[in-house]
Amino acid sequence: MGKTISELILSAKSGSDVRAGDIVVAQVDLAFVQDTTGPLTVRQFRAAKFKKPAETLKAALFLDHAAPSQSREMSNDHILLREFAAQTGAFLSEVGDGVCHQIVAESFAKPGDLIVGTDSHTVTAGGLGAFACGMGSSDVAIALGLGRTWFRVPETFLIELKGKFSKGVNAKDLILYLIGKIGADGATYKALEFGGSGVANVTMPQRLTVSNMAVEAGAKVGIFPADEVTMRFLTEQGRADHYMPVQADDDAVYEKTITIKLGELEPMVAKPHTVDNVVPVKEVAGTKVQQVSIGTCTNGRLEDLKIAAKILKGQYRNLKTRLIIAPASRDILMAATEAGYIETFLEAGGVILPPGCGSCLGLHQGVLGDGESCFSTANRNFKGRMGSPEAFVYLGSPATAAATAIKGEITDPREFL
Amino acid sequence: MLKGKAFKFGDDISTDHIIPGKYAYLRSNLPELAKHVMEDADPLFASRVKPGDFIVGGNNFGLGSSREHAPLVIKMAGVKAILAKSVARIFFRNAINLGLPILICNTDDIANGDQLEIELEAGIIRNKTNGKVLTFGKIPDVMLKILDEGGLLPYIEKHGDIKL
Ligand code: SF4
Repeated sequence: MGKTISELILSAKSGSDVRAGDIVVAQVDLAFVQDTTGPLTVRQFRAAKFKKPAETLKAALFLDHAAPSQSREMSNDHILLREFAAQTGAFLSEVGDGVCHQIVAESFAKPGDLIVGTDSHTVTAGGLGAFACGMGSSDVAIALGLGRTWFRVPETFLIELKGKFSKGVNAKDLILYLIGKIGADGATYKALEFGGSGVANVTMPQRLTVSNMAVEAGAKVGIFPADEVTMRFLTEQGRADHYMPVQADDDAVYEKTITIKLGELEPMVAKPHTVDNVVPVKEVAGTKVQQVSIGTCTNGRLEDLKIAAKILKGQYRNLKTRLIIAPASRDILMAATEAGYIETFLEAGGVILPPGCGSCLGLHQGVLGDGESCFSTANRNFKGRMGSPEAFVYLGSPATAAATAIKGEITDPREFL
Repeated sequence: MLKGKAFKFGDDISTDHIIPGKYAYLRSNLPELAKHVMEDADPLFASRVKPGDFIVGGNNFGLGSSREHAPLVIKMAGVKAILAKSVARIFFRNAINLGLPILICNTDDIANGDQLEIELEAGIIRNKTNGKVLTFGKIPDVMLKILDEGGLLPYIEKHGDIKL
């Protein structure tokens, strides 16, 4: 009986032959924290009397959620993390370098890796064929110290993709469609594994978007095979030597299979206040929004900015709608500048935020007021997520966001293509 | 035996309801942070909850962020257990790591304000207000071992490693 990608990776990392449902202790390749969950991790790490991260893993700290810091308290937390990095030799990503998940994808994650991070969107690295999952501060503190931790091997849903996206439809529409179909707890404790002949047509930035939101269906990981697309991406990042093919066995056993024809998808939106409250854009078209936010670890990559820039080129945002753009990393901001996208956004009346989480978590840089609505390319629309609990957050693709910014109301991007 | 009052919430109580991201700057000041527990689900919760009480949710309790501060502020409020129909994965692990039990049961039989008595070992919840007796699902073995030691840190302190 064959194995799913999750079973293969957890077998390799635990040195045993494991199946869904087994509990294993497995070696972790990368453990990382960010600035809002890292300080507690450091305190737990010290309370457990560890001195340094285990030498068998890579340890990394990211200053991205409050970057640059908006308060004295966060600045003090940044100091704590910088000091921990200096003391232990852990990698430190500074303010302005970008969102942890993007930098993990650009610089660290390898196919077949086992990755834990104190951020639920650690699943993003599944796009590269890594078993990557979010955990809390205590769990990651112990993983950092021991170099390993325990996992329950998840059952897997195979998401079989067929064909290609049609014009104006993208990875975000795919993952919103899937979450709408299975529900925000439809894959709790499960692995979502993407496969099928359509996978080859899904680019690495798109895979990262899809994996990123696997957790919004409750999944533990959202994992893609590592194939030629992966190899090309790693080569572009100067990491060709990090490539290793990762494929499920042909006779792997899945709990269920869901087939999605990419060509039949249309632009989708998650309405307030849950991510599974998904409808086609046309059902909410015309809803007025006061803010459009483009960016985050979900959709702040160059390909996303390119899609938005193409629609916004020569246009101006609606005068009643603010347009905020946060590239996911410094490299992306530089490439977007060179490609002229940043100029397009500025000419369209946009505000460019430093690479990082931006307005996503309601901490700063685009907090919503009472009664306001925002169209965001992020991954969460929970009540209070972007500031006021009286605000409304709609989630969708960069294309829909750009079209919405122009009209000031939720708009099907295909009108502009 | 645990005894206390039920604070009932609906489905999909996210970590943003429990402790919104906008208070991330208070995460190294736990007493201040704890004042905002459950704020976006019930702004009066923090002032009304008493040590020994329970939080009772519906489906998918604790979905969202990995912030361990969510179960932490609930624990700081004196809540002795969380009861729900289902719980999000990371939240479940975080709560157990902090020594806070999560009991999976049919919470439809519990209303806001009901008095509950819970026997953890026997797996029984008695609703003293409506007389119903509920059972809850078994906590997975590895989590039970961690819970029995009072959480992940005390567990590691005692065993020095993760022993399955
Ligand atoms: S961009 Fe948003 S979802 Fe992504 S890590 Fe930052 S706060 Fe979390």
